[in-house]
Amino acid sequence: MTEKRSSHQQGMVLSGPSVQAEHDYSSHAARFEDPESDLIRPMLTTGNGFYRTAAALGAVAAWGLFAWLYQLWNGLGTTGLNRPVYWGLYVVNFVFFIGISHAGTLISAILRLCQAEWRRAITRSAEMMTVIALFFGVGSVVLDLGRPDRVFLLFRDGNIQSPLLWDMISITAYLTISSIYLYLALIPDIAILRDRVPGRRWLYRPLALGWTGSEQQQRYLKVAIGVMSVLVIPAALPIDSWVFAMIIQPMWHSIILGPYFAGAIFSAIAALLIVMGVIRRAYHLENYLKPAHFTNLGLLLVAMSLIWFYFTFAAHLTVYYGGATKEQTVFFSKLFGPYAPLFWAMMATNVVIPLLILSNRRTRTVTGTIVASVAVTVGMWLERLTIVVPSLANPRLPYATGVYHPSWVEWSVTAGFLAMFILVYMLCSKLFPIVSIWEIREGREKGFAEARERIESYLPGWAVLGARPVRIRNDDDRVLQN
Amino acid sequence: MPRWGMVIDLDKCDGCQACVVACRTENNVPVAGPEEAEKGRAISWIEVPTTIEGDYPNVRTRFIPRLCMHCDNPPCTAVCPTGATYKDEEGLVAQIYPSCIGCRYCTSACPYTVKYFNWTTPEWPDQTDHFNPDVAVRPVGVVEKCTFCHHRLQKGKEQAKIEGRELREGDYVPACVQACPTKAMYFGDLDDPESTVSRLAKSTRSFRLLEELGTKPKVYYLTEGERYDGKKE
Repeated sequence: MTEKRSSHQQGMVLSGPSVQAEHDYSSHAARFEDPESDLIRPMLTTGNGFYRTAAALGAVAAWGLFAWLYQLWNGLGTTGLNRPVYWGLYVVNFVFFIGISHAGTLISAILRLCQAEWRRAITRSAEMMTVIALFFGVGSVVLDLGRPDRVFLLFRDGNIQSPLLWDMISITAYLTISSIYLYLALIPDIAILRDRVPGRRWLYRPLALGWTGSEQQQRYLKVAIGVMSVLVIPAALPIDSWVFAMIIQPMWHSIILGPYFAGAIFSAIAALLIVMGVIRRAYHLENYLKPAHFTNLGLLLVAMSLIWFYFTFAAHLTVYYGGATKEQTVFFSKLFGPYAPLFWAMMATNVVIPLLILSNRRTRTVTGTIVASVAVTVGMWLERLTIVVPSLANPRLPYATGVYHPSWVEWSVTAGFLAMFILVYMLCSKLFPIVSIWEIREGREKGFAEARERIESYLPGWAVLGARPVRIRNDDDRVLQN
Repeated sequence: MPRWGMVIDLDKCDGCQACVVACRTENNVPVAGPEEAEKGRAISWIEVPTTIEGDYPNVRTRFIPRLCMHCDNPPCTAVCPTGATYKDEEGLVAQIYPSCIGCRYCTSACPYTVKYFNWTTPEWPDQTDHFNPDVAVRPVGVVEKCTFCHHRLQKGKEQAKIEGRELREGDYVPACVQACPTKAMYFGDLDDPESTVSRLAKSTRSFRLLEELGTKPKVYYLTEGERYDGKKE
């Protein structure tokens, strides 16, 4: 009786608000029975909004490409870089994209390992963000090279002592593992598409690897995904911070800078929330990406905001209290000098705004969470900027100090990169379901039973299920007592 | 194996910039032009920055010629991803231009900020057609810096070989040292206890820039205001 009741409630939840007149492609019964149509539909029907957005993004990306070619032709002199500020926006973008790449796999992997049921609707969008963002992270470094034509030398003459090589190795590993991770979780969905979208069979048939969904295949897939989600967590650890922490520049060469870059997860959650908000709205996935998802990730965001604040506080307090002259020069240029507007904007967007919005239940809505996420994304980009530039601008010897103003080329390339990133993401969401179909289905078919079993496994002795108390797991109790 | 180093007597330096000019001509150092120089893009393998200390009337001007320190423990070579910058067996920190990918990690890692990047294609004033053929060409997008006039070492070695003798002190001297009108700069083998540089490097007046970082620079300075015998001026 209890089971019936809960499945009835589940049905209510999944079918959601009654009618969306213009998108009523199938009957309610069918939609309730089958998340496939809900999730495949946005892939096949494309509105004008999509084309308009894609065209706008394409134009920005094309302008960025032009700026990049201009830079290739004329050299890095077209940037605002100088001596001693040898690194600027491109390096900031590199760290930022690597940062938001942690979204995916890390969030999805951790939630999967923790068996958090609410992960089901968000894993795919997170994993996809990881893989795409990594390409743009690597691309940012290539943009930043004075001689990008010599990239192959990294493979031929690589100096393993250089943290850039560690970066290359770790990012390659991360890209490999997260791509496999994304692909594995895609296989059952690709098989569904192979069977349901005849027009694109040429694409889905080879990618589905002959998936039939047999018991054995499912068992293998489960093991493979489990292994990959364990592997992907160490691979995602931020190695790029060591590029900075290993060299003796003021405020870089500190014990905290390495772990400080775990703030990547902070920006990653924010970026993921923005993506979720957009696809929820654009693809009418309100039934799948629910306020609960935004609340849960939003609370995670607040927690990360506080952790991030603690790290920032620690980094700056030690510098201030220690009184080392060179570090203090950088410290004061950040807090009260030329970089103060950026620094305080970062504090506002990373701490004040998310705390104000997300600690209040009334503002912790879907919109509120997204506003906070936009703030955090901007703030984390500023954070990367205020780490990279002030230290370089104030080197240990006072003879060559500098300021840095990015040029139009750098801004154009940055905008182009962002536009391209969004565009690629949009296109991928048209090729592959942005919400995992099989995971949603599995959640409905097995998730409830599994979750109940799990709760039963740790609730002591008696549990209240439905209306009447049920004595459960007597055998287990006995085992524990022995 | 010699360990080449330099000693600069700050008491003798009068900030005339002759070393800077000599270095430019010797090493074909490109000219940035006023606009690029304003942006902080000028390349100068040796610089003589002027600092004015104190308040009027008790003012004094100080010059500290700055060039690549050729550290014994160089921070720049460790971070180079391709090994384009490395320390050779004679202690010179070298730069292989065709290996440089232009990531500017070495320039960011150098605490002395004495490595330079070619932001644009190198240019020289039209009238300059007297290039030194002995130095390597640096294209756009690579890092360059003082080499202690490494090509002069090659020449000195060849000359000594022709004359069938060992390399002597004075056979190899960088252009800046040669040009210094006040003879404020000394150059030689720091490992040779007889050499002028090794004696001066042990002087009580001797110091090195940012010695506390442990980079072990091979450019030594002698402080101003004291005589060789240690008495105050």
